[in-house]
Amino acid sequence: MIRSGWEAVIGLEIHVQLATASKLFTPAANRYGDPPNRNVDPVVLGMPGVLPVLNAKAVELAMRVGFALDCEVHKRSRFDRKHYFYADLTKGYQITQHLHPICTGGKVLATIDGEDRSFRLNRIHIEEDAGKTIHDGRRGISLVDYNRAGVPLIEVVSEPDMRSPEEAVAFMKALHQVVVATGSSHGDMEKGHFRCDANVSVRPVGQERLGTRTEMKNINSFRFVGRAITSEINRQIDLLEDGETVIQQTRLWDDDAGVSRAMRSKEEAHDYRYFPDPDLMVVEIDDATYEQVRASLPELPRARKQRFEEVLGLSSYDAALLTQSRARADYFERVVDQGIEAKVAANWISGELLGRLNKEDKDIEASPVPAHSMGELLRLLAQGQLSGKMAKQAFTAMIETGVTAADWLKANGGQITDSAAIGEIVDRILQAHPSQAAEFRGGKEQLLGFFVGQVMKETRGKANPQAVNAALRAALKGET
Amino acid sequence: MEFGRRTIADYLRAYDEGQVMAQSVAQTTLDHIASVDDRLGAWITLNTEQVLEDAAAIDKRRREGNPVGSLAGVPVGLKDMICTKGLRTTAASKMLTDFIPPYDATVTAKLRQADALILGKLNQDEFGFGSSNESSVFGPCRNPYDRKRVAGGSSGGSAAAIAAGHCPVTLGTDTGGSIRQPASLCGVFGIKPTYGRVSRYGVVSFASSLDQVGPLGRTVGDAARVLDVISGHDDKDSTSLQFDVPNFQAALGRGVDGLRVGVPKEYFQEGLAPAVEKHVRDALAFIEQSGATLVPISLDHTKYAVATYYVLATAEASSNLGRYDGVRYGHRTGTSVDSLEDLIARSRSEGFGDEVKRRIILGTYVLSSGYYDAYYLKAQKVRTLIKRDFEQAFSQCDIIAAPTSPVTAFPLGDHLDDPLKMYLMDILTIPASLAGLPCASQPCGFDSEGLPIGLQWIAPPLQEERIFQAAHFFESKTEHHLRDPQGETS
Repeated sequence: MIRSGWEAVIGLEIHVQLATASKLFTPAANRYGDPPNRNVDPVVLGMPGVLPVLNAKAVELAMRVGFALDCEVHKRSRFDRKHYFYADLTKGYQITQHLHPICTGGKVLATIDGEDRSFRLNRIHIEEDAGKTIHDGRRGISLVDYNRAGVPLIEVVSEPDMRSPEEAVAFMKALHQVVVATGSSHGDMEKGHFRCDANVSVRPVGQERLGTRTEMKNINSFRFVGRAITSEINRQIDLLEDGETVIQQTRLWDDDAGVSRAMRSKEEAHDYRYFPDPDLMVVEIDDATYEQVRASLPELPRARKQRFEEVLGLSSYDAALLTQSRARADYFERVVDQGIEAKVAANWISGELLGRLNKEDKDIEASPVPAHSMGELLRLLAQGQLSGKMAKQAFTAMIETGVTAADWLKANGGQITDSAAIGEIVDRILQAHPSQAAEFRGGKEQLLGFFVGQVMKETRGKANPQAVNAALRAALKGET
Repeated sequence: MEFGRRTIADYLRAYDEGQVMAQSVAQTTLDHIASVDDRLGAWITLNTEQVLEDAAAIDKRRREGNPVGSLAGVPVGLKDMICTKGLRTTAASKMLTDFIPPYDATVTAKLRQADALILGKLNQDEFGFGSSNESSVFGPCRNPYDRKRVAGGSSGGSAAAIAAGHCPVTLGTDTGGSIRQPASLCGVFGIKPTYGRVSRYGVVSFASSLDQVGPLGRTVGDAARVLDVISGHDDKDSTSLQFDVPNFQAALGRGVDGLRVGVPKEYFQEGLAPAVEKHVRDALAFIEQSGATLVPISLDHTKYAVATYYVLATAEASSNLGRYDGVRYGHRTGTSVDSLEDLIARSRSEGFGDEVKRRIILGTYVLSSGYYDAYYLKAQKVRTLIKRDFEQAFSQCDIIAAPTSPVTAFPLGDHLDDPLKMYLMDILTIPASLAGLPCASQPCGFDSEGLPIGLQWIAPPLQEERIFQAAHFFESKTEHHLRDPQGETS
């Protein structure tokens, strides 16, 4: 909660690494986790005379995000050079889109406390990532790894539409879902695929003029984004309440210490000396490619959730749970596609399967029961070959031993639904308990449960309860 | 045949007839250069070992009757802006004195493919910044016609090596006149093709929107042969053109009958040395008598070209040279540093010469926040106007002829204290560069001191053939290209 009397204004800039095979301007691999300086070549290293050649796949992935977020995706955009000196920047400039980004406008839709919210975007542009500098204070040296240098990024820039850390977190999560759902990014935050800078200012409630903002860099997890912004809001309110002023500056968030530190003030800000990169042509997307990329967009999580609710009749809770990842939703739909009733499929997946996977800390991709096996199990259940109880036993066996539902059925025998077979058993039970049978016929209806129990005991639970009921009533009535 | 007079055709004929072997040509040529070049300074690095191996391999293939490339065994030199795998490439700067590229420029690869003998790397102004070849960290390249005078620049070594007879052809680079001006001052032919005709990949960048590689040669035909080899689209250079490359040699011998030759009045104004004007006008008169029509034209914005060029070229240069920071390769300061910033600042301060620093400062200034619109953006607009001047002119003529340099070779040191005067040396070559047009210089006479004078040709985009056609005609009817400098450098 924000301290009473104050309002926070938050804008986010999120860097998303694109899931290309190669770098933005050269065929060197875009791959995380290799030994240092493995994925480099003369272009990555900024050697004399080498030139950038734009990776068309990166443009396509950026377009997909743009279409998904309802941006204006421009058929013409341009790359500029942004100049500054740093060891992990190999050319003395970063190639980015300053004046003519690929996307402008757009919005991120998020649900907060059950309420749908829309946050405006300013722009999305394509740029290259820098390498990583590691300072070894003990040895007094700095080491640079250029594996990340030149990796394609999009920077998604929001309008300052958020008013609380909770909104910022919701924005980030919703955006994350979209960049992953479109296949544009792997979205692995541990690997730095999704990194957030937050612009934060505060003002007394009712004041229109914006307060002085600070930019917090390097917030790399959902866990910390709320904490970092809260900490900055409180720092600024403290300053203002003490009669001091907020200085416009860039601050670096330190996850471990849980505090931010001033990095540089406005006076020390770089003059980036942007100008159009003369080594690259204007990016022109022809009409056919434009339409093709737009048409290839998958159904997005929010639309899918809505369809699950409205067309398949799922509860909002189940629909949300099943669209949390594309893999979950795909799994669910593959089960439903086998003719299984949606609600039944949803109950089994959200209850049995996800419950079990959660316990084992597994994603649905790693489920030991694939969608077609789940479908088979639920089909046998629907056909009455398995009772609900048996289906659960079968499911446990499927998870634990990898058997299929059909195998389990074969080994354990199916549910007895055949009325003749059940009739025989019922006759046997009635003969074995003549006095109870007489009492029942005399009007003691409660004894029905006793007889059902006896039949179940006899069949070790495999008799269909409805069929048993019907057979008992018929048998008892018939003798009346 | 005299050593320095051999054309490419002469070499190829000698090989075909079995008179010489490539290995002996390479050895003899290297020995000759080694014995005379300390008095000239045309070369920075000789490819001593590798070229002999390459030559032996070519000889072997010839001997065994296997196919060889179109320049097999022809000795060539490359300006030291052009990267050569395994052979140091310095851009004549302390910054890159020890830089050995792990890659070939595309033009280098194409010359290797054609089996040319790469003799070594030629002197130039540091990073191509200059018109006299005096800013090279390896010392100046002198003019073979008078060793007290400059060879011109920035591709001074590329022009002087030909004039001195070290080899028949070389590659230079031209940003604002760096092929044509030294060609003019040294009395050889040199052509800057249409921007995008030749790949820039692996050529040290000066100003990316202007830089272009081109051949220099003793004869027009030799340059055409080499341009045939190095032209064409390159997937590694996004600015290289997709157009098919004509056979430039086919343009030779077409004559000038009916050719409309535009003569821009702005190129014959004050500052032009009388001898230069006289010989250029004589050449034009001769061309007219030979069946061409002279068309007086006007290129109205010529007077803004130098200022426009020095805004745009320095802006791009200040950016392109940002990569030389002493971190990954190149000069790194030897003094102990207390921060990364300190390392970069010291390495750059030590590694760059004065002219480089001057241009980086100029370029940084014009791109600075608050000045960008007034300088860079305005210069881009003027560049468009200059381009339009040429478009209009080419509605009245097929090709433009003018002087290349307002003066003949000037004494070493003459302009060193006056950068502005040096910048004005490019006044007649810069406009065509800004317009991205193909343009060339060929010798058309000598002043009273025996110094060569250059005639400049400018053609519409992609019309290099017209230049080869006109220049070859003039060359075939005159003997200026046959004159040899007398001295100890050839």
